Amino acid sequence: MSTTMTMAKAINAGLRAALESHPNSLLMGEDIGSLGGVYRVTEGLKADFGADRVMDTPLAESGIIGTAIGLALRGYLPVCEIQFDGFVFPGFNQITTQLAKMHSRSEGNLSAPVVIRIPYGGGIGSIEHHSESPEALFAHTAGLRIITPSNPQDAYWMIQQAVACKDPVIVFEPKRRYWLKGDVDTSAPTSDPFSAQIVREGTDATIVTYGPLVPVALAAAAAAEEDGRSVEVVDLRSISPIDFDTITDSVKKTGRLIVTHEAPTFGGIGGEIAARVAERAFLSLEAPVLRVGGFHMPYPVAKVEEHYLPDIDRLLEALDRSFAY
Amino acid sequence: MDVGHLPASEFDSAGFEQTLMGSPEENPVPDMVQLLTIDGEVRHDPTYSSYVADLTADELRGFYRDMFLVRRFDEEATALQRQGELVMWVPMTGQEGAQIASGRALMPQDYVFPTYREHGVAYTRGLELSHLLRRFRGISHGGWDPREANFHLYTLVLAAQVPHAVGYAMGMARDRLVNPKLPEAATVAYFGDGASSEGDVHEGMVFAASYNAPVVFFCQNNHWAISVPTEVQSRVPLANRARGYGFPGIRVDGNDVLAVHAVTRWALEHARSGGGPVLIEAFTYRMSAHTTADDPTKYRLSADEEAWLDRDPLLRLEKHLRSRDLVDDAFFEDLREEGRNMAVRLRENVQAMEAPGFEDAFTDVYAEAHPLVREELNAHRAYEAGFADSDADPTAASREHTA
Ligand SMILES: Cc1ncc(C[n+]2csc(CCOP(=O)(O)OP(=O)(O)O)c2C)c(N)n1
Repeated sequence: MSTTMTMAKAINAGLRAALESHPNSLLMGEDIGSLGGVYRVTEGLKADFGADRVMDTPLAESGIIGTAIGLALRGYLPVCEIQFDGFVFPGFNQITTQLAKMHSRSEGNLSAPVVIRIPYGGGIGSIEHHSESPEALFAHTAGLRIITPSNPQDAYWMIQQAVACKDPVIVFEPKRRYWLKGDVDTSAPTSDPFSAQIVREGTDATIVTYGPLVPVALAAAAAAEEDGRSVEVVDLRSISPIDFDTITDSVKKTGRLIVTHEAPTFGGIGGEIAARVAERAFLSLEAPVLRVGGFHMPYPVAKVEEHYLPDIDRLLEALDRSFAY
Repeated sequence: MDVGHLPASEFDSAGFEQTLMGSPEENPVPDMVQLLTIDGEVRHDPTYSSYVADLTADELRGFYRDMFLVRRFDEEATALQRQGELVMWVPMTGQEGAQIASGRALMPQDYVFPTYREHGVAYTRGLELSHLLRRFRGISHGGWDPREANFHLYTLVLAAQVPHAVGYAMGMARDRLVNPKLPEAATVAYFGDGASSEGDVHEGMVFAASYNAPVVFFCQNNHWAISVPTEVQSRVPLANRARGYGFPGIRVDGNDVLAVHAVTRWALEHARSGGGPVLIEAFTYRMSAHTTADDPTKYRLSADEEAWLDRDPLLRLEKHLRSRDLVDDAFFEDLREEGRNMAVRLRENVQAMEAPGFEDAFTDVYAEAHPLVREELNAHRAYEAGFADSDADPTAASREHTA
C-alpha cells in the first residue's frame, strides 16, 4: 500500500507503528507531548498512546539519555528525541561513555537498545546550534549505529528498524527535508537500514552522500547529464556501519568518486570513505577521491549559510576537477 | 501517580491560586516575598522592605519607564520578525518586572551571564538594544562586546552559562585577595525553570557552594519550558533546592518590581561581601509564545494567560504610582511617544544591518593563524573566482585574513 506523505509525517507514522507493534516501546523528550515536538514529528501520539508512552521529560539531555539507558536495561525500548543537533552535547557523555559501551562492557550480557532521534543539518535559516551536523563525533565511537534517512519511504521504515534493533541507534533526521514529500509503501520494509542504495545509476563518476544532500546530489547528477556525464549517486543511509561494498562496486564501475556532506570536511565521514576506497579500489580510480563539505568553522550565521552548504555548483565544480585528471 | 505518568501539561486552573502562592501542606514553601500587592498597595516585610525604602519617586518612575520601553522594544522585535527582518525572536513580555528590577540592583562592576531572553536586563546594563537583534537577524552569533556593559553574550545551550558565572565569580573573589582595593563584585546567572533541570545548573551550584563564590543564581520561573510546565521540572519550589546545596534560596513575586529589587539587592550584597551564593526564584509568567516559532495554544489554556493579566508588572506599578500621585496622564503619554521614537530608530538600525561576507566566517575561528583555515579560505576564494559573473565578496579585499 503506497501513500504520499512528508518526511515528518512518515517518521510520525513510523513511530506510531513502532508504538503499536512494541508494547514496551516509549517515546521521551522535551516538548514531544501536547506540542508534538518543535517540528511536530510526534504530533498526536501523546493523545493516542497516553502520557506514559509519550513522555514530556524534564529539560535535561543527560537525564533523558541516562534514564533511557536504565529503562532499556529493564526491558523497555525508549526512543529519545533530542530537540536540535546542537543540544545533544549535554547528553554526549551518556551516549559515548555509557550507551555505546553497555553491551561490550557487560561482555554481551546486557544491551541498551535505545534509539536517539536528532534533527540535524542546516538550510533552515536558524540561529546558533540549530543547524549542526555532528554525526562524525558519534560515528567515531564504537557501539553506536547511526542512520539517516533521505526520503519519506526510508524515514517510515528506518525508525521502525531502529526500534527493533538490539543495538543503540542514532537516527539523524535531515530537518530541512521534513517537508519533502514522497511515496511510502507501508506494506513491507524495502531494505536493510544499514545498507547503502544506488539512487541514480551512472557510469562516469560516483557521488556518495546521505541525508539532506541526497536531493542536491541528484540535481547535480541531472545537471551533469546535460554535459554528457553519467553520474551515479549513492545514498549512504547508514553512517555506522558504512556499506563500503556498495561504494567500492560503484567506484570500480565509474572510476571517480566525490563524497559530500554538510559536516566539516576535516575529520568527517568523507575522509574515512576516501581512505577506504583508496585501500580497496586504488587501481580503479581515475582521479583522487574528492570531498565537498562544510568548512573548518562553527556553522555560520543564517545570512551566509548558503555559502557553507554544498550545493549543485560545488558538486559540479568537484566533478570538473575530477574529470580534469 | 502512576509509574511513568507525568503531570498533564494543561495547567490546572482550579489549583491556580494555590500554585501561585505555594501550598504549605505539600511543599515547605519559603514565603514568597511580596512588597506590592496586586492592587499596587505596599506590604511590609521585616527583612526586605528596608532595601527599597530609599527609592525616590524618580527611581520608581524610572522602573516603570524601563519596563514600558523594553516591552515596546519586544513588540517591535516581534513585528520585525513577522515581517521577515529577523530569523526568529524570543519575546519577554510578562517578565519585565523580574528583569528590570533585578538589573537595576546591579553595580557596574557586577557581571551578568544571561540565557537568551534577558533583553530587559541588557537594557539596564546600558547595552544598545539593537545589538541584541544581530543574532536574531542571522548576521552574528554574538552581537556585542560583553566587556562593555559586563553583560555576557546570549547562550542557547541551556544552562551552559551557569558554571561560567560561578567560575567568573570565583575569579572575582581571587582578584580581591590579591588586590583588596578592587570593589566588591558578584556575578548573576539568569536561567529558566526548565534549564534548572540541566546538570550544569546543579554542578554550578555545587561549585558555588564549595568555593563560596559571589554568585546570584536568578531563576525566572515563567512557568513554561516551551510546552512543558514547571511541575515536570520540580516537585518543590525551585528556591527550596538551594537548601540542599547549603545556601539561601528566596522565592519572590517576580511581577513585583519592589520585591524583586529588594531581594536582588539583598542577595548581591550578601554575595559581594563574602556571604556566598544565593538562589532567587522569581515567580513570573511568560505572557506570549516561547519564540516566534512556537504555538502556545497547543499546550496551554488561554484562561491561564488571562489569569495572569492583572498580575502584569506594569499595571501593578502603575496602580501604585497613581495611588501616590507620582504620575499623571502626561507621564504616560510622553512615554508612549518616547517608545514610538525608540521603535522607529530600532527598525532603522535593524534594516541597515547588512549580512557579513562569508569570508568573515573564516576570520575568528582561532585567535592564532591556523593552516587548515587558511587552506580552506584560499580554496574557497579560488572557487568563487571561478564564476565569471560572481558577486564577489565585498569585504574580501578590505578585511585582512589573519589565519
Ligand atoms: C541544552 C538545550 N536543550 C534544549 C534546548 C531547546 N530549548 C530552547 S528553549 C527551551 C525551553 C527553556 O525553558 P526555560 O529554561 O524555562 O526558559 P524560558 O525559555 O522559559 O525562559 C528548550 C527546550 C536548548 N536550547 N538547549
